[in-house]
Amino acid sequence: MSKSKIHQLLIVLFVLSLVACRKDPKPLPAEISRVEPEPNSAVKGFYLVNEGNMNMNKASLDYLDLVNGIYTRNLYNQVNPEATKGLGDVGNDIGIYGDKLYVVVNISNKVEVLQVKTGKRIGQINLANCRYVTFNQGRAYVSAYLGKVGDPKAPNGMVAEIDTAKLAINQTVEVGRQPEEMAIVGNKLYIANSGGYSPPNYESTVSVIDLNTFKEIKRIEVAINLHRLKADRYGDLYVTSRGDYYTIPSRLYVVDTHTDQVKKVFDVAASNLAIDGDLAYLYSTEWNYIQGKNTISYHLIDVKNETLLDQKFITDGTEKNIKIPYGIAVNPVSKDVYVTDAKDYVTPGKLHCYNALGKLKWSVATGDIPAHIAFVY
Amino acid sequence: MTKKKLAFFEGYVAFIGVAVVGMLCAFEGVAFAQNTDTLGKVNQLQEVKINEYRVSRQSLSPAPLQILTGPDLQRINSLSVADAIRYFSGVQLKDYGGIGGLKTINVRSMGSNHTAVFYDGIQLGNAQNGQVDLGKYSLDNLEEIALVSGQSDEQLQPAKSYASASAIYLKTRIPAFDDKKYNLTANFKTGDFGLLNPAFVYQHQISRHLSASVSSEYIKANGKYKFRYTNGVYDTTAVRNNGDVNRFRLETAWFGQLNKQGKWHAQVYSFLSDRGLPGAIVANKFNYDQRIWDRNIFVQGNLTQKFGERLAVLINTKLAYDYTRFLDPEYITLNGFLDNRFHEREAYVAVSANYRLTDRWQVSFASDYQYQDLKANLYRFAYPRRNTFLNVLSSSVKLSRFEVQANLLSSTVNDEVNAYSSAGNKQVFSPAVLFSWKIFEESNFRLRGFYKDIFRMPTFNDLYYTFIGNTLLKPEFAQQYDLGFTYQNSFKKQQLTFVEVQADFYYNQVKDKIIAQPGANLIRWIMYNLGRVDIKGAELNLKTGWNLGKELALGTAINYTFQQAMDITDPSDENYRQQIPYIPKHSGSFLAKIDYRNWRANYSFIYTGYRYNQKANIIYNYMEPWYTHDLALGYGFKLKQASFNLNAEVNNLLNQYYDVIPNFPMPGRNYRLTLNFKL
Repeated sequence: MSKSKIHQLLIVLFVLSLVACRKDPKPLPAEISRVEPEPNSAVKGFYLVNEGNMNMNKASLDYLDLVNGIYTRNLYNQVNPEATKGLGDVGNDIGIYGDKLYVVVNISNKVEVLQVKTGKRIGQINLANCRYVTFNQGRAYVSAYLGKVGDPKAPNGMVAEIDTAKLAINQTVEVGRQPEEMAIVGNKLYIANSGGYSPPNYESTVSVIDLNTFKEIKRIEVAINLHRLKADRYGDLYVTSRGDYYTIPSRLYVVDTHTDQVKKVFDVAASNLAIDGDLAYLYSTEWNYIQGKNTISYHLIDVKNETLLDQKFITDGTEKNIKIPYGIAVNPVSKDVYVTDAKDYVTPGKLHCYNALGKLKWSVATGDIPAHIAFVY
Repeated sequence: MTKKKLAFFEGYVAFIGVAVVGMLCAFEGVAFAQNTDTLGKVNQLQEVKINEYRVSRQSLSPAPLQILTGPDLQRINSLSVADAIRYFSGVQLKDYGGIGGLKTINVRSMGSNHTAVFYDGIQLGNAQNGQVDLGKYSLDNLEEIALVSGQSDEQLQPAKSYASASAIYLKTRIPAFDDKKYNLTANFKTGDFGLLNPAFVYQHQISRHLSASVSSEYIKANGKYKFRYTNGVYDTTAVRNNGDVNRFRLETAWFGQLNKQGKWHAQVYSFLSDRGLPGAIVANKFNYDQRIWDRNIFVQGNLTQKFGERLAVLINTKLAYDYTRFLDPEYITLNGFLDNRFHEREAYVAVSANYRLTDRWQVSFASDYQYQDLKANLYRFAYPRRNTFLNVLSSSVKLSRFEVQANLLSSTVNDEVNAYSSAGNKQVFSPAVLFSWKIFEESNFRLRGFYKDIFRMPTFNDLYYTFIGNTLLKPEFAQQYDLGFTYQNSFKKQQLTFVEVQADFYYNQVKDKIIAQPGANLIRWIMYNLGRVDIKGAELNLKTGWNLGKELALGTAINYTFQQAMDITDPSDENYRQQIPYIPKHSGSFLAKIDYRNWRANYSFIYTGYRYNQKANIIYNYMEPWYTHDLALGYGFKLKQASFNLNAEVNNLLNQYYDVIPNFPMPGRNYRLTLNFKL
């Protein structure tokens, strides 16, 4: 071999290195799937936030146009390509109030505010370790784990009141440690405290906040490690306890807001629920040490009479195809039930639609860890 | 600030104290050992022999072997073992970026836990998570880094050397003395990321049978570097925070000659580190406050003794203590910030014997015992202890052109816990067969291959970590098949002076792969034996040497790796038969070095093809290829007895911004200057 041959070799290598080039960066595209359209649907559709696994920055927003049967995956990046690193890390909740859509992004420490109509970004509210959102009289209330980063004395749980016109925090109130879901009944805000950062010293209360004074007025003793909290139309709260994952099992409690006391315990594990009219749709995923696997169950509850019903909301046996039920919503008009499947958390999930008779209507692929749904009317 | 520094140095003092005690103990032992013969000469002879042998060690090895030795380690653009290992084929480095970022290695797609890392012949253990952070080990005191897929074909080695799917051998410098009784090497590195890195190695010939060395190093860096993320619309540049590193290493070693047929080696290694933990760069969150402190110390030694012409015995032993503290100011518990402390202890003793039945037939037996335990201030922690017994029976037949080696490894693992349930006992038998065949008498062309059945134990984290661990886990098995060839030739009076080729095809299957699966919520993951991976790959290494003129020499090395690693866990999964995360189909490197008089220049190119960061091979998980060009220029000169070397490096010359792990950005273009002094 001569020098020229070496040169040739080097040139070839250099060209190879160029051929193997990277593509020009582009915003992540949206993807569209078709589902059965409902031309007469009173509900226009819904937004679904996919949590995305931690550190992956893969929270994403999907939209289902029910009327035309069009499911759009990853809408956010297409509509808001200018947002640095997109929606963020671990979407934790979603809510619609007026013409605004609020997405709570946990690790990204922010509440994103979007136009309901287009999904276009309007603004954001920064809030460290924010968890859930609810609304009342022109205000959004967001629960958060962290008062201030780097201060061990800072509150370990609070609710921030946000002015939905100014998109700014008005005031905050300290509640129990690591608070989760909230509901508003009358002029009081009820919030489930978990205390999940200090096992086995979990919290076991629901904090009650008077919205007139924005002060915590009392704590209702319920059970350890509370998570979900939903109000029915009879002034009752359905509160889930995660248990301690070992000897204390997960349970569902009913709190009467007239007396602010627990009035009933349902002897079933409860991960998440949706209440529509007189029915609560409930599922649970519970780890079983003896079997070394998760036990998944689905239940219907009559919230008027507070009884567990024999009837199921999935009747065709297709629930066995759901690996990890992770989100649930009920169409308030058609009574269709939407259940999401997070699968193994690291692959795209599935959204299943069951009709009012419990038969699977359709399924569609979502983003990673599909979880929270907000209907658009 | 000063207070913090003081605390750090107080830590040093305590550790140095321990190290000194270790030294004294070893000296105590030395007194017995001073008998006959000249150690210096033997060492020298061995050096020469090793150097000659080394040229073709890769070619002779029945299992694919890649080696980087002293001179190369000094000149390639590398700060740590992790950087150097990128030049090997078949390797994916999981690099979280920066000097302090975790760097683990994945060989032939089997996962980090299947690669054992040996430090002077004894494994660096990590019972907690089974992975060794290669970024922690600097090249300063190293003489050699070798990567073997399968297992080393040494006849006299501990059973641990048979007990992993692949292994990295780090060898520290062995003293060699000529006319004077000491050697001193001092290094100073500085550059981007606020790097200040002084280091020295001092070797002393105490007597003809005994020499000692002390090596120490300090690394301080603020870890700051620019990174950039863009999707073509947004374009954000920021500075990496919380990547500061404060590290100190102190090592001493003794090398002794017992008599004509025996030698021993003892060392104390201590390492202290205080660093920030840079987190994932996600929307609206670029800055982190988490910190990690490490204290590692181990004392180890080996003794080789021959008894006549036929029998040789090797004894290895080690005591290790590792402490890690993790502080998270963003996670506030009733007791303040989350503050986890882990204490891991290890004791190890291994006896190996090799017996020559005939000139061509040898048998070996190795028996290892290892004790490990872990304490942690975690809720519901099990306080596990593990006793591992490894026994290997091995035999090899060497004919003039054909060599075959077979062994059976028995692994007995017994776990005990102080609280809750333990994983109990496990017994596994693992066979391996290796061969090398020089097909033609006159050509240095060898066919080689191996079959190896091996497993990795679930780690303490897999089994016992609160909320995550699953004590029902079984070991994760890997079957490996390899077939390849090596060719080597050197030419006289030609421009092309040297050619070496290694090519291998392999097929691996990993079953009962230990992976995390969700429990009831995102916080609650549980480990399962679920995965099954089917891996087909090819590796090519091509090295050439050129003599281009009077004093102009050129060396090149090309590595190419093809890997098809498919998830075959469940046919009903959408990702069935798709490429597993982080494994590119194509990757490779190119290295060129030029020597001209006192000047040395290096160019290297590293390429990693596209890959996916999660199971589904879809656009949302797609990661762009990355490739970096690095350059280095060195100049050496002598001043009286001392020699000086100056080396300037540019890394990532084209300033490519890329991630190896999504959201953990790698540095762009950066510079480093090394001043080296030898006496």
